[in-house]
Amino acid sequence: MTTTTRSIPDRLRSPLERNLKSWESLLMLVAIGIFIANSFASPYFLNAWNLSDATFNFTEKAMIAFAMALLIISGEIDLSVAAIIALASTAMGAAVQAGVGTEGLVLIGLAVGLACGAVNGFLVTGLGLPSIVVTIGTMSLFRGISFIVLGDQVYKGYPADFAFFGQGYVWWVISFEFVLFAIIAVIYAVILHMTNFGRAVYAIGNNATGALFSGIRVGRVKFTLFLLTGLMSGVAAVCLTSRLGSTRPSIAFGWELEIVTMVVLGGVNILGGFGSIPGVVIAAFVMGLVTFGLGLLNVPGIVMSIVIGALLISVIALPRLWSMWRG
Amino acid sequence: MSMQLELRSDVSNAAPIPLLSLSGVTKTFPGVRALSDVSLNLYPGKVTALVGENGAGKSTVVKVLTGIYQPDEGDIRIDGEALSFPTPQSAETAGVTAIHQETVLFDELTVAENIFLGHAPKGRFGLIDKPAMATRAREILDGIGAKIDPGATLKDLGTANKHLVAISRALSIDARVVIMDEPTAALSQKEIEELYELVESLKAQGKAILFISHKFDEIFRIADFYTVYRDGQMVGEGAIVDVSKPELVKLMVGRDVRQIFPERDHNVGHDILEVAGYDHPTEFADIGFTLRRGEILGFYGLVGAGRSEFMQALFGITRLSGGAVRIDGAPVSIASPADAVASGIVYVPEDRGKQGTIGALPIFQNVSLPSLARTSRKGFIKLAEEFKLAREYTERLDLRAASLDTDVRNLSGGNQQKVVIAKWLATKPKVIILDEPTKGIDIGSKAAVHEFMAELAAQGLAVIMVSSEIPEIVGMSDRVIVMREGRIVAELARDQITPETLVSHAAGIREAAQ
Repeated sequence: MTTTTRSIPDRLRSPLERNLKSWESLLMLVAIGIFIANSFASPYFLNAWNLSDATFNFTEKAMIAFAMALLIISGEIDLSVAAIIALASTAMGAAVQAGVGTEGLVLIGLAVGLACGAVNGFLVTGLGLPSIVVTIGTMSLFRGISFIVLGDQVYKGYPADFAFFGQGYVWWVISFEFVLFAIIAVIYAVILHMTNFGRAVYAIGNNATGALFSGIRVGRVKFTLFLLTGLMSGVAAVCLTSRLGSTRPSIAFGWELEIVTMVVLGGVNILGGFGSIPGVVIAAFVMGLVTFGLGLLNVPGIVMSIVIGALLISVIALPRLWSMWRG
Repeated sequence: MSMQLELRSDVSNAAPIPLLSLSGVTKTFPGVRALSDVSLNLYPGKVTALVGENGAGKSTVVKVLTGIYQPDEGDIRIDGEALSFPTPQSAETAGVTAIHQETVLFDELTVAENIFLGHAPKGRFGLIDKPAMATRAREILDGIGAKIDPGATLKDLGTANKHLVAISRALSIDARVVIMDEPTAALSQKEIEELYELVESLKAQGKAILFISHKFDEIFRIADFYTVYRDGQMVGEGAIVDVSKPELVKLMVGRDVRQIFPERDHNVGHDILEVAGYDHPTEFADIGFTLRRGEILGFYGLVGAGRSEFMQALFGITRLSGGAVRIDGAPVSIASPADAVASGIVYVPEDRGKQGTIGALPIFQNVSLPSLARTSRKGFIKLAEEFKLAREYTERLDLRAASLDTDVRNLSGGNQQKVVIAKWLATKPKVIILDEPTKGIDIGSKAAVHEFMAELAAQGLAVIMVSSEIPEIVGMSDRVIVMREGRIVAELARDQITPETLVSHAAGIREAAQ
């Protein structure tokens, strides 16, 4: 062992090489394949308006999926997101009955989302409870409140300009929701991949004890992630309520599983520590394309959920089978 | 003494016949040749010490012997019969067992269940015969002189007793070859003595023992033969009586290591850290001391004396029931590690894998983690700054790595420790706490860590060194605080630090302490 200091290279593999060999690249190929298959399967697929309609299959879910990706990378999960949509939508519906205007409705939707996120965050980081149990509990709790408030009623009568969030178009076939989805994707990609906060998220997800021992405020980071997930559920609630024009307590029922599926399909490790926002973006398109393609072929909804489930399991099992096969 | 004479006569006879012999073994991993045509011979009733720096291939050879790795080439022979160990079970069947550095035990199971997990005695219908299991566990525990109830739940035992359970587990199969991989690393002096007795009794039973250790004193005390590996090759073997410590060290590192501890000026500056009345409900009580600039303050005690627990409290991990800290005379409040780092106190933990590093992240991200505020602008990461910081501090520590983008988990123990120290130095701390800084790292890295510690003190940093290794405490400390059962029992000035005073205070032997 000599005492001269040697220069250690920064990297051996370039970031480009790393990206090309990534899960995201493989998923991109899958997305392109599905796109081509769809265009052969249905003559109606390659139509600007039809494609634009297809985006509504994933935009709202993807908004939540971005925040959920950060949460899962940090080693936590929030299964109450769909229930938060229901509660936020119910609160907006009640506000409509009280004569609140569009700005007020949006604020109420976002505030309810944030408040629900704060409840989850406090239970997990303040009391140290496991998030999977906490959010299964709050999932029932939040949606339960909606059912109590609404029963078998429906809230309607949203103001005409409120419809813009879910039904408006910014330019030609580009919907407001799609633009919002793109902006949120960029914001979360920047947060996760370019900031100190994002670095802390990875550190916590890989080794929370090690992160704590490195001076990271682990509890604070996790609490913020629950707040963000709640907030995004509020945003999705505004868009979805606006798109449907009404609130039922069963709104967005079962979305939490589709959102988690989207995140995992995007290459995020369900055990935490690994994943990227571009991966989730591609996964959102893949899921949107599959459901829309099947819709064009008049495949019933039950079959669609079977297909989505099979897709998830196969993309996750393939790399494992591949390595087993290679021995 | 009689032992030694006996040994000499043995060695002078014709070469003994090995019980287990390994020859021409090569094992490669992608990009690394971990073992290159190595051999190893273990003799019945004899202890063979396997020495080498970290990365020399010791762990790999243990994994080959226990069926975890398959060698690319080479023979394993027991009693001259060529065998292969495709699975850990086949190695056990052949009578090879290992006591690992960190044997995996199960906290919620009983002692007997831990000992017999996977090979419990079976009764009718293939169900576990619990009475038989308890009886045999008792026999094994008695055999090694452990006073542990086989029915006790493992989590209720202390560290040392857990270690005895791990040893019992290894002995629960009918082993002829016992591999001990750094068995004394986690033990106090008294427990080490007991382990030596155990080794003697295993020798008397005719078992062949492979003993891996970084501690030269114990190698010379209990081993009969030595084998030295360096960089995956066998570079020497022979009888311990025919070799001296410097010769062995030279074989290991391939160069002379004249002095183990660096020469130091013992110039200490003004008080920098004052701790008063630190209390914890169960682990420690009334800890108070001052630390000066440029000082290395040793903390000595037996395992379980509360040293690490206190250090973690000082670092903001453990909640306190009372106590105050001042830095440079100003009171500070430390409720989290982030507060401690902000106040200039950093902690290099004993458990590098779990607490010290984030294994799945690359070196540069580990180093920059507590300093992100400095390598970023308005919260946005600046990669170039990050690499610059990581490069500066890892090179100061002579880190060995393929690139700064290498995941920390792929580094050797010594290099991981360098990453942890680099991470903290990058924060420009005032006080650095090193908890067992050289535990389980090779002699070359050890000397590098000691030299670096001396250099840090010379630059005015205040160093707290928690260590259970007496030579390290004696060789490095300006002053030593001895803890026993959660309390400070002695504070020794430089001229009072001797192995005898340390041990007697730590063990509470009053007469010897005076």
